[in-house]
Amino acid sequence: MDVTIIRFPGTNCDLDTANAVKKVIGINPNIISCKESNIPKSDLIIIPGGFSYGDYLRSGAIAAREPIMDDLELKGNQGVYIIGICNGFQILTERKLLPGSLLKNSSLKFISKNIKLKVDRNDTFFTSKYKTNEIVKIPIAHHDGNFFVDRKTLNSIEDNNQVALRYMEPINGSLNDIAGLYNKDLNILGLMPHPERAIDMKTGTNDGSKIFESALNFFAT
Amino acid sequence: MIGKSMDIYESHSINREEKELLLNYMGRDPSHTEIGIFSVMWSEHCSYKSSRHWLKKLHTKGKQVIQGPGENAGVIDIGDNQAIIFKMESHNHPSFIEPYQGAATGVGGIMRDIFTMGARPIALLNSIRFGELAHSKTKFLLSGVVSGIGGYGNCVGIPTVAGETGFDSSYNGNNLVNAMCVGLTTRDKIFYSKASGIGNPVVYVGAKTGRDGIHGATMASGEFDDESDKNRPTVQVGDPYAEKLLLEACLELMQKDAIISIQDMGAAGLTSSSVEMADKGRVGIELNLDNIPTRQENLTAYEMMLSESQERMLMVLKPEKTDIAKEVFKKWDVDFAIVGKITETNNIVVLHNGMIEADIPIKFLTDNAPIYKRETISKNKQDQKNQLSSDIKIKEAILRVLNSANICSKKWIWEQYDRTIMANTLNEAGEDAGIVRIENTEKAIAMSCDVTPRYCDADAKKGAMQAVSECWRNIISMGAKPLAITNCLNFGNPEKPEIMTDFVETINGIRDASIVLDFPVVSGNVSLYNETNGHPIKNTPTIGGVGLIKNIGILEDFGSANVGDSIYMIGKKGSHLDCSTLEEVYNNTSSNNPPEVDLNQEKINGNCVLELIQEKIISSCHDISDGGMIVALCELIIKDEIGATLNKIAEDQLIRQLFGEDQSRYIITIKPRFVSAFENKIKKNGIDYELIGNITSSQLKINDGIIISNSELKNSYESLIPSIMSNKE
Repeated sequence: MDVTIIRFPGTNCDLDTANAVKKVIGINPNIISCKESNIPKSDLIIIPGGFSYGDYLRSGAIAAREPIMDDLELKGNQGVYIIGICNGFQILTERKLLPGSLLKNSSLKFISKNIKLKVDRNDTFFTSKYKTNEIVKIPIAHHDGNFFVDRKTLNSIEDNNQVALRYMEPINGSLNDIAGLYNKDLNILGLMPHPERAIDMKTGTNDGSKIFESALNFFAT
Repeated sequence: MIGKSMDIYESHSINREEKELLLNYMGRDPSHTEIGIFSVMWSEHCSYKSSRHWLKKLHTKGKQVIQGPGENAGVIDIGDNQAIIFKMESHNHPSFIEPYQGAATGVGGIMRDIFTMGARPIALLNSIRFGELAHSKTKFLLSGVVSGIGGYGNCVGIPTVAGETGFDSSYNGNNLVNAMCVGLTTRDKIFYSKASGIGNPVVYVGAKTGRDGIHGATMASGEFDDESDKNRPTVQVGDPYAEKLLLEACLELMQKDAIISIQDMGAAGLTSSSVEMADKGRVGIELNLDNIPTRQENLTAYEMMLSESQERMLMVLKPEKTDIAKEVFKKWDVDFAIVGKITETNNIVVLHNGMIEADIPIKFLTDNAPIYKRETISKNKQDQKNQLSSDIKIKEAILRVLNSANICSKKWIWEQYDRTIMANTLNEAGEDAGIVRIENTEKAIAMSCDVTPRYCDADAKKGAMQAVSECWRNIISMGAKPLAITNCLNFGNPEKPEIMTDFVETINGIRDASIVLDFPVVSGNVSLYNETNGHPIKNTPTIGGVGLIKNIGILEDFGSANVGDSIYMIGKKGSHLDCSTLEEVYNNTSSNNPPEVDLNQEKINGNCVLELIQEKIISSCHDISDGGMIVALCELIIKDEIGATLNKIAEDQLIRQLFGEDQSRYIITIKPRFVSAFENKIKKNGIDYELIGNITSSQLKINDGIIISNSELKNSYESLIPSIMSNKE
């Protein structure tokens, strides 16, 4: 299984994500700079969290317009699996690979805490190791995680079962408590929580491991 | 900038004697740029002219110390060829004028001190103090400072894992922001600032130079008055994104054996970094300002030398590695420019547009800078006795203390700091100390920042000893062996003999405590003139400590109390109410007789508790400090969502035992099956201890009649700051 992590200037969760891939999936991911023109052949591409280009203009806005994103979009359309975590989620919505956008938290403050989430479905590439409606604890750490979309699109998101994770309590103002979201084809996932920080009980929770285990499971079977 | 009636020296905060000394040294009229250079290098902030004499008395040695004070930060040994580099620094004055940027650049500055030395930052801490919560400016300052600290640290991607926040009217006009950074490196990859090699290139890397922060160091060396808002242009503006790129580029270059010396540009920017590097190497330095990357046009030599633009570094490189270095910085989109060379003149020479703008023997700026042994007095202390009302109701007192500004939960604050990034933070916020695992090892470090200004103001020496002791206890409570400390000594105007006296006594207190506890000072910072309109802050010598957990296996099943556990107190029964939190809450002031600090007892009790944790005999541990035993107990049961029933306490002893702030004490909980192992061990050590109750499911019960539910405790503890901050007025 080949995993590629894309690093933008200001990305700061690249090493944590690479460690999680190493520890849970058991392979060394390929970390590439966004200055590369192409993404090498990959089974899974991860855009990790951080503050790409300092979150200047809007979070994710500048990164989403980097040339490498053309190749990401192409691969996404071809069905390659992609996860965007936190800033990665923001980049994916800015690129319109996922619907909606992530506004400032309703508190207008950065929020860092371990929170409870519900897994909406377990029949996807990313969640096969969870149970449906399983409650998991994973940290969040973001300033702009307030998911917003027009009413019509929200209805279609729900009708298509595109919600991956929901907050168990109101956290940041997200519509329908959406914390994680798939595209229609279920090969692209955006997550505000950080599964890469939840792979070891010593840090308080390992509930994020199953995202990586699910991916591994898909290629192993 | 220079008032017509004002002498140019006066406008640069160079007093008459200093002016004469300067003219005598130079033997000619100095240029405007030279006066600027003298003014910042001789400022209190850069020269430590009031404190240097006394700082030499600190205890700075120990076998764990690799590098003590004098470098960008202190370095300690944590075994396996690994070293921890850490320091704390103040950014008080700028944070009062512009709280977001002042606090943000405080974090950025301390982080650069750490990665300048070759370490990747792995944790941030802070100690912040504001005026009374009800004061009109506090809300604005608290909100801005917290956003600024978070905004910077979160973006660079370093977890903020511990800290403390205090409120007191003495900070109404002068808040404090003390930021600490802790980094990790290997022992053979530590970088120093000593320049060498005549002819070697001096290289500037990082953000471009602008006009921001000019004279920041001088501003930070003065008092405030009602006109202080005018100083806003002297506050630097931070760009954490630029810092992140600079950090990665520097760490990458450090793997390539190219750097001879490196120094961050902090206070007094290009001036102090170039002077300090040359001074340490006993060489000269020549800067050609034509090559400095600038973000504005037509900057003068004066402005470039004094700018405090952030996210910049100065390095001396091996000449043959210059191209390699240039490539690394290009890759990270960071400016790189050769701006000078090392010379044999022992002078700093500044060239601009073909003119010599400054030519000053470096020793005049360093060794021969003014140093003051300021006047001290012997104080006649008059005891103000504690006069607590005799009809304090216990339940009300507990809830009021939990709901008071200095005790209440600081969740509103720490939820704005990314705590989990780097995925090595091993405990939740709000505990005695933060714990961060050392990647790919079984080790972890525990860190805490502490001081009780109420004690320090009443008795500077005792207060300083208490601050060191509390930091030691907090680290012990997490199962870590305390190794070393950094400090930030925040005081008022040192030209006032009573303040200078307290400063000296503080040094004595820190020294005594760090000798007895083998807890040496490896780095630090002094911030004086924390006054507004002549009103000084309370003495605030913040202590930041680091300890080591050799095997994180000891943390398994440790940290939470369980229903049925016995609750023990290590140390004597509480009795000391003078200068206590209870007194502060009820009387709105406190008497001047803080609790005694018996350093030997502190050491014995602490070492015993540490062994109990290492031997996995106890289930949780919490130090007893502000608010006494009952606050430590309440914090424990609120966190674990449990209850406690206390054994009967004689009515006339109740208040003292619950709220007394006697030192060297801990609350621990023990599972029933470990009680005999505990008693055997503690009796062998001859330590005072007492079974004070047991853990129950949901209520705090004291002497039959007093019952408080966990939710009532929690509500009192957690509601104060959110309610004030959400009030729109």
